[in-house]
Parts: sequence; structure tokens; C-alpha cells
Amino acid sequence: MFKYLKQLTSLVAMVAVLFTFTTETMAAKKSKTLKNTQKKGFVRCGVSQGLPGFSNADAAGNWTGVDVDVCRAVAAAVLGDANKVKFTPLSAKERFTALTSGEIDILSRNTTWTLSRDADIGLTFVGVNFYDGQGFMVRKSSGITSTGQFKNGISACTNLGTTTELNMRDFFNSKGISYEPVTFEKADEVVAAYDAGRCDTYTTDKSGLAAQRIKLSNPDEHVVLPETISKEPLGPVVRQGDAVWEDIVRWSLNTMIEAEEYGITSANADSMKTSDNPAIKRLVGAEGEMGAAFGLDNEWNLRIIKQVGNYGESYKRNIADTGILPDRGPNELWTKGGILYVPPSR
Amino acid sequence: MNFKLKDIGPQLITVIAVVLIFGFFTYNAQVNMENRGIDFGYGFLSQEASFDVQFSLIEYDGSHSYFRAYLVGLLNTILVSVIGIIIATILGIVVGIARLSSNYLINKFAAFYVEFFRNIPLLLQLFFWYFAALRTLPLPQDAESFFGVFYLTIKGLYVPAFVWENFNVFFYSIIAAFVSIIFVRTYAKKVQENLGKQTPVLLISIGLLIILPLLSFLIGGVDLSFEIPKLKQLATTSFVYDGGLSLPPELIALTLALSLYTATFIAECVRAGVQGVGKGQKEAAASIGLTPNQVLKLVVMPQALRIIIPPTTNQYLNLTKNSSLAAAIAYPDIVLVFAGTALMQTGKAIEIVSITMFTYLSLSISISILMNWYNKKIAIQEK
Repeated sequence: MFKYLKQLTSLVAMVAVLFTFTTETMAAKKSKTLKNTQKKGFVRCGVSQGLPGFSNADAAGNWTGVDVDVCRAVAAAVLGDANKVKFTPLSAKERFTALTSGEIDILSRNTTWTLSRDADIGLTFVGVNFYDGQGFMVRKSSGITSTGQFKNGISACTNLGTTTELNMRDFFNSKGISYEPVTFEKADEVVAAYDAGRCDTYTTDKSGLAAQRIKLSNPDEHVVLPETISKEPLGPVVRQGDAVWEDIVRWSLNTMIEAEEYGITSANADSMKTSDNPAIKRLVGAEGEMGAAFGLDNEWNLRIIKQVGNYGESYKRNIADTGILPDRGPNELWTKGGILYVPPSR
Repeated sequence: MNFKLKDIGPQLITVIAVVLIFGFFTYNAQVNMENRGIDFGYGFLSQEASFDVQFSLIEYDGSHSYFRAYLVGLLNTILVSVIGIIIATILGIVVGIARLSSNYLINKFAAFYVEFFRNIPLLLQLFFWYFAALRTLPLPQDAESFFGVFYLTIKGLYVPAFVWENFNVFFYSIIAAFVSIIFVRTYAKKVQENLGKQTPVLLISIGLLIILPLLSFLIGGVDLSFEIPKLKQLATTSFVYDGGLSLPPELIALTLALSLYTATFIAECVRAGVQGVGKGQKEAAASIGLTPNQVLKLVVMPQALRIIIPPTTNQYLNLTKNSSLAAAIAYPDIVLVFAGTALMQTGKAIEIVSITMFTYLSLSISISILMNWYNKKIAIQEK
């Protein structure tokens, strides 16, 4: 009898431990940010002050762009409506403070993922929604066709507080060229100064150059040089310390990319529920319990695809059709020669 | 005992409340930073900055430390404030006196200037000077020179640089000139007090300032030559001036905006000060036979200055603090370099913002102390 009692108590203890463990993790699943967001009824999203194709507001105040779509996807997933987003335009200088201080919950503002940003300042990068690299724009009339033609004394306009400032120094130092850096807080001011002839070249991420070129008084007089001087993986960022919210944003982005991979679009998403492919069925909420881990219902990913579309649709709508960068380059799926590759939703 | 408690009680409660509030915010910040894995500390100041700055008074490049970057920003702030204060003061005095002129045109023109510039927001004026006025400047290759040596272009103002030989001798001669001027002034004052005889101090001072440095050239072995900026081609249509000294357009625009704006307020201080001196004072001075110049110098100005100095100190403080708008037009002041780029690259928001705030506080208090000292010096000494 006593022999069994010992085993019995250890069994009870084990069950008890297991039970408290599961209830504890279940509680942790309900993230604070998620709870607050659902209580408020909108997702608080930090975007740029106007970068066509990425995050740009039209005259009526409607935001569009691939960065904007990440926030819309999260809103569709957690609130059921992609329009329930409050956008906060931020300068490069303000963006991280706004996120760490809790003014916004997602920063989706063409932000480069680097070690020091990820590790030092209380942020976590959840993925990459655009693979970019820094380039230079010059006037066609200058006759410069390559960065090899840059000479001592060249002046370069750029944005303040970006990786661009550091890359620029690395680049000019390695070439042994002395240069004059002219740095502005707002992108519009950089464009205005370059346009006026204050600088010989304008340097930033190539996607940014392509987008800002449209704002110049005569876009055809300017050309982006072919060289890329850095790796700039751009992606959404969240605050450190809320792992569930981090996962929600990460998998909202992953869902958009994987949906394109399996050919699920906003138009055919509903019909895909009856697909024979279990991977597709998981992506439209017809199989498995994919939302439970986040404290969400099972159709969270279906809503993203239906309301925002897959990554390809978002790219086409915002970047390709607007003539900014019609060629997807590295931002093509890995199955089609690009480097977009996300872990599977299962 | 009861009486004392009534006296101290509310003050004690206030102090405790203030300490508690500050303590709460500090604790709150600490907990939140710990939760998010943000370190607090000033160790980053000795790390390599690894970004370049456009314009610096001391030697600096990206291999220097963040502390050195801070100094670069601080010196640039001081530079633009000092130049701004000097120009604003001169312009303010001239315009302030012009507003009192009996000449209709001068009077109205000064009034128009004051009303126009003080009623437009400073940031807007800054944008006007930088983006609107700058656009009309020529590109380096199209620039006409002034006297063959100055070039005002969209990329900046290029002036000849001085190339000195035996600069120290020249420097000492200037110091010698100033020392002898102080000596002459004290002597002249003594003569006047004892004998009532006037000495032309101003003429002697100017003479000393010219003759002593001139002597250093003639016998001191001092030599001065100029390095004149030369046009250099970077690409087919891209030019820049090489050699000489280049003043960035950002500095010019900022100085212009700050001094034109602040001068309007100083002009009003000057006008108020002069008008604040009783009419009877001037009439009394004239009746004892002082010339109009002497009336202004000996009777009106000493009394007017007492009214002018305190509000003008405010304007100096405003100008210094307003210089932080530099960040909008890429002038590398402390806000742009330190509270901008350095903050972004290190993420040390609390540390950097607190250092910057403390810096502005120190700058402002230094100006206040200096001006209060001057104010005390010129105040009426009751005997």
C-alpha cells in the first residue's frame, strides 16, 4: 500500500506540475500588446513620412504601400478588419523611440535589420519584407555612370540617423575619396536640397531612390547608378518583451509570402478551403489549429489573404504598377529565382 | 511648536511629493528599460562614432569618439550663436535707433522691417532662406566672383584662406594693442577727473590697433598670404571650389535667419530703452552745454542701457536656443549631430537627451551670468 502511495503522490505531483505549466503558458499566450490592441480596436503602426510604394498617404489620408500592408495584415488577423490601423508618420530619428516608449506597437518603416539595432535598443526584427541595398543617384548631365568616377570634394545628401550615413562613410573611406556629407532629418528636405543642386549625389536605399526620383522636378534628368554598396534587409520591428505579439507580426508577414508561393490570392482564397493540398488548407484556416498558439481564431490567415492579398499582389499594387521598381529582383520568391523564403506555416 | 509645524508642514509635504514623483518616474523608466533589455550608461561616449560630419571647427572624422562628435556639435552651436548674437546686436541697435529717427523714410523702413520679421515664424524664415533663397544662387561653375576671390554659390560661400607666417608675433601685437588701450583709457579718465581735460581716446585706440600689428609685419617677420579658391571639375556638369575657406550655405542661412529675426526684438528693446529716458534729462544735459553726441553718450545711453540689457539677455538666450532649429536645414549643430545621428546610432535616448538638455542649460546660464555681471556693472551705483 505504502509502495503505491509514493508512486501515486509523484504521479499527482507530476500532473499538478504539468497542469500549472500549461495554464501558465496559456496565460502567457494572451499577450499584453494583443490584449491592448483588441481593447482599443485598432493597431498602432509607425510608418514613414511619405515614401511612395512603401508607406505614403494620398490627399484623402489613405495610406498605401508594402510597409503599410504589413500593419493591415496584422489588423486583419487580430481585429478582423484590415482598415483598423492608426498610422503614425515618423522620421528616421523618431522611429525607435516611438516604438520603445509604447507610442506604436509595430514599426513598419523601411527599417534596416542590423545586429546593433536588434540587440542594443530593446527591439526585435520579425522578418524581411523587402531586400534592398544602398545606391547613389546623380544628374544624367554630370556624365557619371559609375561610382568609380566619384572624385575628391563630392557632396552627398542623405537622411539623418540611418544606416546610410554609416555605409556612406565606409564606402568613401574604402575608396579614399574625401566627401561632404549633408544630412537632413526629413526625406523631403533631402530631395529638395539635391534637386536645387546643393549636392552632387543623393544616396539612400535603392528602393528609396527610385521612389523619391518621382518627386524631383524633372525625374528624367536623374539616374540611379548601378552599384549597390550595402545589404539593406528592410522589415517590420516590434518591442522586445512580448514574444506572442512578435510571433503574430512575424507570421502575418510570412502568411502573405507563403500565400503567394501556393498561389492563394485575395480573389481565390475562399475557394482554396477545399483544396487537396494540406499546406494550402492550413493557410486558409481549413485545417489544423494555426491561430490557437497566438490566442486567435482559426481564420486569421484567411482574413489577411482576403483583405490585404498575398505578397505578390501587394508588391504589384504598390511598387510595380506605380512604376517605382517594376522588376522584383531579389524580392521574387525563391521558387522563381529570388530570395524570398519563409518557414512553413504548420 | 505648533506654530512651527504649521510653517514647515506644507513645505515638507511639497518636497516629499516632488521627490516621490521624480522617484516614481525614475523607477518606472528603470523597470521598463530592464524589461526591454535596454542598458543605461554613458560608456558609449568613448566608442567610435563611425559617422562623418559635414562641418567642424575641430579635427573630426568617423574614427573619433562619440564624445568628440558631441564637441563638434557643441562648437558649431556656439559658433552660430556667437555670430548670430553679434550681428543681431549691431543690427538691432541700428534699427532701434532708426525707428526713433525723424526722417520719415528711415523711420518707416525700420518699422516695416521689425513688424515683418518678428511676425513670421522663425522656422518658416529658415526654410525661406535655405530652400527659396538658396535655389536662386548659381552653381559653382556659373558663379561670378566678388573682387576675383569670393564666390557665392549654391554649395557655399568660398573665401580666400589666410596663410600666416609667424602668426604668434602678430597675435602678441594685437594683445599688446589692447593692453595699451586699457592703459590709455585709465590714464585719460584720471586726467579728466584731476584736470578736467578731455583726451581723444577713440582716435588713440584706433591708432594703436593699426600701428602695433603693422609694426609686427614690418619688423616682426610676420607674413600673410592668401589661398584663393579655385574651380575644380568633379564631372561634366559638376564642379566645386578647392582651396581657400568654404562656409556651408546651411551656416549662412541659419545665421541670417537667426540674426534677422532676433534683431527685431533687440531693436524694440533699444527703442524702449532710449524712449524710457526722461525728456527732461536730455534737455537738462543740453542746457549745461553738452554737445548732442555727449548727451547721447554721457546722459542718455547709460540710463537707457539699464532698461535695454535685461530684455536683451532674454533675446540672446532665445537666439541660442533657437539655433537648435538647425536640424531642419542640415547644419550640424548639437541637436543634429548628437541628439540626432548619435542618438540614432547608439539608441541611448535618455542619456543623450539628458546630456543635450544639460548642455543648453549650461550655455543659457553662462550667458545669463555674463549679462547679469554686465548689468550690475552699468547699474546706478547709489552713493
